[in-house]
Order: sequence, then structure tokens, then C-alpha cells
Amino acid sequence: MAYNLKATTEKPERLTGGHRMCAGCGAPIVVRTVLRALKPEDHAVIGSATGCLEVSTCLYPYTAWKDSFIHSAFENAGATVSGAEAAYNALKRAGKIDHTTKFIAFGGDGGTYDIGLQSLSGAMERGHDMVYVCYDNEAYMNTGIQRSSSTPKYADTTTSPAGKAVPGKPQFKKDLTQIMVAHNLPYVAQSAPFKNFKDLYEKAEKAIYTPGPAFLNVFTPCPRGWRYNTPDLFDIVQLAIDTCIWPLYEVINGEYKLSYKPKQKLPVEAYLKSQGRFRHLFAKENMHMIEELQQEVDRRWNHLLKLCGETE
Amino acid sequence: MARKDKLSGNEAVAIAMKQIDPDVVAAFPITPSTEIPQYFSKFVADGEVHTEFVPVESEHSAMSACIGAEAAGARTMTATSANGLALMWEMLYIAASCRLPIALAAVNRALSGPINIHNDHSDTMGARDSGWIQIYCETNQEAYDTMIQAFPIAEHKDVRLPIMVCFDGFITSHSVENIVLLEDEKVKEFVGEYRPESYLLDKDNPVSVGPLDLPPFYFEHKRQQAQAMVNAKQVILETAKRFEELTGRKYGLFEEYRMDDAEVAVVIINSTAGTAKAVVDELREKGVKAGLVKIRVFRPFPFEELGKALAGLKAVAVMDKADSFSAAGGPLFAEVRSAMFDHARDTKAVNYIYGLGGRDVRTDDIMKVYEDLLEIAKTGKVKSTVNYLGVRE
Repeated sequence: MAYNLKATTEKPERLTGGHRMCAGCGAPIVVRTVLRALKPEDHAVIGSATGCLEVSTCLYPYTAWKDSFIHSAFENAGATVSGAEAAYNALKRAGKIDHTTKFIAFGGDGGTYDIGLQSLSGAMERGHDMVYVCYDNEAYMNTGIQRSSSTPKYADTTTSPAGKAVPGKPQFKKDLTQIMVAHNLPYVAQSAPFKNFKDLYEKAEKAIYTPGPAFLNVFTPCPRGWRYNTPDLFDIVQLAIDTCIWPLYEVINGEYKLSYKPKQKLPVEAYLKSQGRFRHLFAKENMHMIEELQQEVDRRWNHLLKLCGETE
Repeated sequence: MARKDKLSGNEAVAIAMKQIDPDVVAAFPITPSTEIPQYFSKFVADGEVHTEFVPVESEHSAMSACIGAEAAGARTMTATSANGLALMWEMLYIAASCRLPIALAAVNRALSGPINIHNDHSDTMGARDSGWIQIYCETNQEAYDTMIQAFPIAEHKDVRLPIMVCFDGFITSHSVENIVLLEDEKVKEFVGEYRPESYLLDKDNPVSVGPLDLPPFYFEHKRQQAQAMVNAKQVILETAKRFEELTGRKYGLFEEYRMDDAEVAVVIINSTAGTAKAVVDELREKGVKAGLVKIRVFRPFPFEELGKALAGLKAVAVMDKADSFSAAGGPLFAEVRSAMFDHARDTKAVNYIYGLGGRDVRTDDIMKVYEDLLEIAKTGKVKSTVNYLGVRE
């Protein structure tokens, strides 16, 4: 059936309103879109790494989760959900349960790119039938905007402050999606919430219903950390994909497929300008840094085009 | 018919696990506990258990997977030692606070550094405040018997706490001893089926586990957790009673060896109790009123019972196979001496830290401790409260 936003949003919400995520935050939008891809009759066990999502959606004695939910610590969403999945297999084998449960772990970039990378790698390598969704907002937002290995180069964070001697984070962003591709998983994709959410919904559906481990890396703006006006959320996502800073693609059993090619590839300035964390780059003496970022974006984009068979 | 066999401690515990047939085992190799997941994965490979075995990439993930599995409604086990237990540290506390009755075979080994693979109790003593029940075992038989009692204790509705079954690396884990094994069906019946009240895989009653818990409720939850440990004592004794009816083998909170008319005694944990019992026998033959108390249940700590058991003695030596670097003796000493305050205040108490990193402890070392105790009993004077036994200094 062709994707229809109205029809999918008529499904019952699995993350209820009333949680405490910020206005203009991308994370609950990502979570709700991913969960909409579940068949309504399927039960889910959802895990979360410690982070904004967890502390804002499950504060005793309240929970925003309609499905079963587990949080245990920061660095182990992969391992924790893998244990629940193992329990499902054992109880099913013993004839103690007969329903279908799907397993989804959410982690921010801190809990995924950094402290949770080992646990994620282990869970994926072992082949658990689960989806790990990284909501990538490019810094440790829950603790107050500290740099992570996902933070883009030159971004101003509280542990990579833009100062007189050091102009923000010195390193480029780690390419976690490629690391997950190297695990030879049945399904890996990069996505973002934009327009009618078709891209994210369909990738989530594939990830959830492809047997075996799957990984989704989802671009997720943070108004506090990135410093934008909350209504600009979707404009920023659109700029990220139209500048090819965040390309959308999927890798199915090792085969790359580009999901979106901008009609007109925009210069990175358009994206950088939209956020306070890059403001210092527009000082006269720093303009060469924007050029450097452009070159790196182009290099990675051209490489991806090759992988996707879009160019020779 | 119970089956007589000759088994190492690790093999005996692995067989107990096979007989329990848990839903999930998640483990990572570390000497000297490695054999347990090794034996167990063979049971899985041969289809002798229905268990889902999760060969994780670290002990942190082992305990995390155990938490996920147990919260999902699965009876779950693991095994580890030393640094492996240390890497689990964060998750040990979380398992206990989530009230998940996971069972862990803790094969005691010295905690790094320096790195050392041999036995002492620095690993599990360090985890003593993590909220896990801790039961210590002298022999292979005790390790086997205690593992079979683990789930009826941990899963009891008044308890719901994770449990560590601790025994000495190499000395117990690798030494082969005569052992009596129960029939599979008797173990099955004794352990019973796991029926958690609420769990992740209960589709009709979804549950959220591990919420953020701020000042309005955190303290109440900690109080409930503390009460569960208080309740555990009675459940441990009831379970031991039921086990005795099944096997004839009697277990309590601690074992009193030749304590009836004892004037001096050693308080000790795990395999060295066997060595010390030989010394007690030797002294008794000479007419010396020597006794021994072997702590079995360290968490919950048998505060009242132990204090009373030591009342009336002239001198007691508490033997710690771990140092707490408190500059005031080992962890067992601090707690035993505190327990003596109400009931055995007139009894002199001294501490011996021994056997760190697997330093051999022989009967003549223990004899030296009793000789010191007899001297204290005679003079009423303690020359040195905290002592190190068998070390060059």
C-alpha cells in the first residue's frame, strides 16, 4: 500500500503526549514516526539509553510509553534490549508466550557513537532480531551540550567552545552509519524526519520487519544545543539533506541505495547559518573554515554516490 | 537416586545450572569462572537445555543482557570473576534496584591491580553494598547445593533480589571433589517454575522498567530494597530447611564448628574454613577449647545471630581474604566486630588479612592465629588489632 501520512497518523499513538521533551526537539518526532511503522497488533519492547528521551518520557510514577519500556544505563541499550530479545526466544520456545513482540532500542549520539558503541556492536554482531535507532543530535544534550564524536567540526559546544585560540570542535564527525554497514547487517539506513515522514516511516518499517539486526541513524535537531528557533526544526532538516551534510540512503544486505538526491545541491553556508552553534564561522577570519567544511561534505557525498552506483 | 560423582566446583555449578534449565544465560569468559559458560554452552549445543545463551562482548553487557532478559520475564543466570565483576559494577546496582532475581556464580579471584588470576575475596567484597544477596561456599558440594537454592530465595515475593553464589577460584572452582548430585526432576521440583508478576513480555500488561526516580520517590524505593534484604534472611533459612528435607544436608546463615564450649574462635569465609577446621581438630585433641564460625550468608548479614554466637568467647580472630584499605582492617572484620558490640562486647576481636592474590594459607599459618588468640585469652591484652598473615614485611 502506498504511503499515506494521514492514514499512518490515524494509528494509535505509542508514545503519548505530555512527556517533557522540549518544544522544537526532533527526538519525539523521530520516535513517534518509527513506532508508527509497527503493526498495531504487534507488541513492542522498547529500550532507551540514558539521555533526554529517557529522562523526559519515563519519570516515576509516569511513563509516556504505551508499549513495554526498559532503561537500565547509558552505555548499554544494545545489550539490554538484546537480553530482552533472548528472553523472547526462550519463552517462545518453551511455549510460554505466543504473541509477536518487536524489539527497538533508542539512543542519542552520546549513547550510540560513543559510550554505547561496544554494546551496540555486540548486539548487532550477535544477530538479535532488533532495531537500534540512533537519534543523532550531535552532542551530549542531556548533560548540557558537550561535544561527542558525532558533533560536526567547528561546532560550538560546552566542551568544544568556540574561543580565540580554538574555533569549536577540532575534529570531523564520525561516520557511524559506515561502521554499522561494516557489520554486514541485513538492514542499515540513514534517515531524517522531513516533509511527510515517508522516508523515515518506510525505513523504520523495513528495519523492524527485516528479520535480524537493523540499524537506523536518524538526523535529529536539538533547539537548545544547535540554537535555532523551535519552528525552524523542519527547515533545518531540509537544509541538512539539501546540502548533503546528512545524505539519506539505505544499505540492504550490503547493497547501497541512495534515497534522496537534491535537485540542486545547496552550499553548506545555508545550513550553517541556520544555527547558533556555527555563528562564529561567519566572522571574516573564519570564512576559510566554511570552505573546509564544504570540501569535506563534497568528498563524503561523492564517495557515497560511488557506493550507491550513482557515479562511476 | 541421588548420583555420586567426582566434579570440580565449576562443573558442579554448571550441572546445577543445567538442572535448573534457565531461560537465558549471558556470559563472558574470565579466569577462573570461564569453565561455567563453557560447560553450559555445550549443554546448549547438545540440546540438553532450552536456554538462550547470549555470548556477550563484555561483562558489562553480560549483566545488561541479564537485566533485559530478567525484566522481560526470563529466569536468567551468569558467571564471572574479579575484573569481570568489577566491570559489571554499575549494572549490579541497577539489577538490584530493579528487583530482578538474577543468579550469578561468582568465582572469587583477586581484583586487579596488579593483575593476578588467583583467589581472594576482593571482587565480591567490593560488591557487598550492591544490593545482591551473597552466599559463600566452602566446598564443591556447597556451591552446587547453594546454586540450587538460589532461585527459590531470589524469586521469593518478599525478596526479589539478585543473588551471588560465591566460591573460591581454583581452590574450589578447579579442584575435583566427591559430590552428590540430585536427580534432575527433584531439582526442577525444588526450584519450581518462574512466574514473575510483571514483565516486559506481558503483552496485555505492558510495563516501564528503570524510570528516572527523583527525590519524591527514590528514597521510598531504596527503603523497600533494604526491606527486601531484611526479608531475605528468613527466606534463606526456609529454603535451607526445605533443602535439608530433600537432601539431608543442613545449611544456615553460618556454620558453627566445635563452638559449644569454645573459648577462642576464628570467623572465616569460603574454602580456608576447611583448612582451619583441621587446625581446630588438632587443638581439640590437645584439649584446647578452639572453635570456628564459617560465614555462609554475608548479605543479608546475620548481625544479631552472629553477635550471639560469639558471646562469651574470650577472643575471636576475624579472617579477611580481602583488604578494604580503610586502615582499620578488612571488610568482614568491620561487620563482625560491629555485630559483637551488642552481644559479645567483652570478647576481644582481632583481624587477620590473609591469602591475598592466592597466597597459600596452610594449617601452620592458621595455628599461629589460634596461638595468638590463646595468648590474648590468657593475658586479656591485644598487642595488634589488624594483622597480615603470611606476608613478607
